[in-house]
Amino acid sequence: MKRVYFLLFTCTISILIFSCGQSNNNTAGSSEKPKSMVPDAESYDPKRGEGKFSADNVKVDAKLDAALAATGEKIVNTKCASCHKMSTEKLVGPGWAGVTTRRKPEWIMNFITNPDPMLNKDPEAKAMLELCLVRMPNQSLTDDDARNILEFMRKNDGIK
Amino acid sequence: MMVLNSKTKLTFMKKMVFQSIAVIFSALMMFAGCKPKNSADAVSGDAAAKAYVAPGKYDEFYNFVSGGFSGQMSVYGLPSGRLLRVIPVFSVDPEKGWGYSEETKPMLNTSHGFIPWDDLHHTELSQTNGEINGKWIFANANNTPRLARIDLKTFRTAEILELPNSGGNHSSPFGTENSEYIVAGTRFSVPPDDVNGDVPISSYKQNFKGHISFVSVEPTSGEMKIAFQLKTPGVNFDLARCGRAKSHGWFFFSCYNTEQANTLLEVNASQKDKDFIMAVNWKKAEEYIKAGKGKKQTVKYAHNVYSDVTHTATSTIMSEVTVLDVAELKDICYFIPCPKSPHGCDVDPTGEYIVGSGKLAALIPVFSFDKLQQAIAAKSYDGDFGGIPVVKYEAALYGEVKKPGLGPLHTEFDGKGNAYTSFFVSSEVVKWNIKDLKVVDRVPTYYSVGHLCIPGGNTRKPSPKYLIAYNKITKDRYLPTGPELAQSAQLYDISGDKMQMILDFPTIGEPHYAQAAPADLIRNNGQLKIFKIADNKHHYAAKGENETKVVREGNKVHVYMTSIRSHFSPDNIEGIKMGDEVYFHVTNLEQDWDVPHGFGIKGAANAELLIMPGETQTLKWTPDRVGMFPMYCTDFCSALHQEMQGYVRVSPAGSNVPLTFSLGKVVPETK
Repeated sequence: MKRVYFLLFTCTISILIFSCGQSNNNTAGSSEKPKSMVPDAESYDPKRGEGKFSADNVKVDAKLDAALAATGEKIVNTKCASCHKMSTEKLVGPGWAGVTTRRKPEWIMNFITNPDPMLNKDPEAKAMLELCLVRMPNQSLTDDDARNILEFMRKNDGIK
Repeated sequence: MMVLNSKTKLTFMKKMVFQSIAVIFSALMMFAGCKPKNSADAVSGDAAAKAYVAPGKYDEFYNFVSGGFSGQMSVYGLPSGRLLRVIPVFSVDPEKGWGYSEETKPMLNTSHGFIPWDDLHHTELSQTNGEINGKWIFANANNTPRLARIDLKTFRTAEILELPNSGGNHSSPFGTENSEYIVAGTRFSVPPDDVNGDVPISSYKQNFKGHISFVSVEPTSGEMKIAFQLKTPGVNFDLARCGRAKSHGWFFFSCYNTEQANTLLEVNASQKDKDFIMAVNWKKAEEYIKAGKGKKQTVKYAHNVYSDVTHTATSTIMSEVTVLDVAELKDICYFIPCPKSPHGCDVDPTGEYIVGSGKLAALIPVFSFDKLQQAIAAKSYDGDFGGIPVVKYEAALYGEVKKPGLGPLHTEFDGKGNAYTSFFVSSEVVKWNIKDLKVVDRVPTYYSVGHLCIPGGNTRKPSPKYLIAYNKITKDRYLPTGPELAQSAQLYDISGDKMQMILDFPTIGEPHYAQAAPADLIRNNGQLKIFKIADNKHHYAAKGENETKVVREGNKVHVYMTSIRSHFSPDNIEGIKMGDEVYFHVTNLEQDWDVPHGFGIKGAANAELLIMPGETQTLKWTPDRVGMFPMYCTDFCSALHQEMQGYVRVSPAGSNVPLTFSLGKVVPETK
């Protein structure tokens, strides 16, 4: 008798499940695990930052390359000077005076070409964001632009 | 959800004899409840999953939908039905400053002057070898006849060309297999522009003519030019399709009002049993143009081009067009009789079958290109109409789809041997086999479907996964919003044998025709993300704050202004006087994707600006009173967006307040 009830029950459930056909076929996109937003503390080098540039591919002379600096200044006027003063005074972003003594060349070039990832993980960049509250925009600088701007920053810091 | 361990099961069964019977009963009730009762039940269970695009995921197709009487084109993602963008084309759009900024005003110029609102009916993606190439999409202005070309790298209208000798540019903007030409056939026949149009309306048959423009498209720049026009007898042209593959070199136009009526057309243009599809041998027309058979005609039309380098449009009034009279030059045009005021005139992917859709007919005639060629060679004619040979119906006919539905309008193809025709009167989509002309499947639409779209459905290689029906009547499909309702489109999955409705989505204006393309084809076409500031050649650009200034030229004041997160330079301007015209030329110095800035100033009588990164746009402002006028950024740009503001001081005419401007200059408090 119990077996009969069980059969009845099974039939009932089957009818319930199949009566409307196609009803529970949920094929919504595959579930991807969210990527961790926590930076990998081991691999991140706060002296170099994150981007294309490193001590190996950025060569800086003790002396100033005046031609590079002059090209850099033109780019700065268009893309940077709206927000950065050449003194220590903060405008939208921090003043540039002394930046080349505070940061490595590769850090500067990485930050200005790759600001978003660095604003998310670089301790110094994050600290500056807390002060300025405007995320440094990506100004679509080329590699050469970045090198020229670095040279202009060095000139601004008194390198001759 | 119904998994029970053995102990519970035992208890359950001891107690539940009656209840299990009750469960069976309710299951049977549910089963009975699955029978469709109304239109909402026509959707089967997995529809949601098929139309679902997870947050952060992309759609499979771009859908470019005409905005009808809004004059714009909207872009949707499919299958989600998400609205991605409204591209302003033939109407002003305050959201984007289109038609309000000094740079875009010339785009809406015509021989009649500035026209702020038109009616956009059809869209046509550019093609190479009969396949969508992802470069441009064309659109027609129906009221004041024009063609537009939209650049799919910027999703902006790049060019608008007015069409002379036309009234109601409806049979447009259909294109050839390599976009050699985009055509524009007039709906209203009218007296040509170079003769006196001040004639009695009743002289229609004598004085009214049809004109079809063949507009060439330069393959690299896309620039449009009226290569030639065909002058035809006075009829109404409705829709058109190019020949493809074997029939490349031909074009087919549906014609109605072959009665040549000029009043109460719904009765008087529905008298004849058959109207025409006009077959045009455009290669032959090209030969006649080369041979100098075209007549130069003095007309007036505007040609407007927008430059992404100067960020400025120019409007040039053109004065000449070359016309071929198809009654004189015998072998360009042929009429094929087609039942009852044909609307759609669609060519299958092989180029062999031409499907006419007589909107008052209860059958669909399918014509054969090969048979048409034989009929022309054998001069198998039934006399002529206005000097153009009329091919015998049976001589060009492949066969008829019998009793497909009521009121066929438009047909698209899946490239697998099937055609899909919309039926306005019987509100349905009917799938039929081209070879045997048998109906295979039919689904209802809600309500009164107009055009259909299958991605690539007018090309050699359709992507037959979805079909969209663009309906003319919405009624009860959405929550009511008063007398005016959103327009209704329906998405069907056509990947299987049976069509399955999976989504309703609202559209802007009235969607007439629409086209769709695989998403990758468009998104990988070199999408522009910013305008490079170094390439900005705008006459009034300020490429850096050190170039910002305010310059007076008589009563015109030019403000060379920049915007960047989060300030304008300059942000304080004094010395503007009553009677001045002030031009704010705002350059957005940002060089990052998706960082536009806006610009608004109190009392601006036209609109605001929206400026993309690296772009310069100009707002003309004529102060109407003395006082202090705030200006600010209207597009949220950063945490300090609310600080992105400034003041303009307006003094009486003749005042001695000097013209000054500044940013960040703190002046001691004065009274």
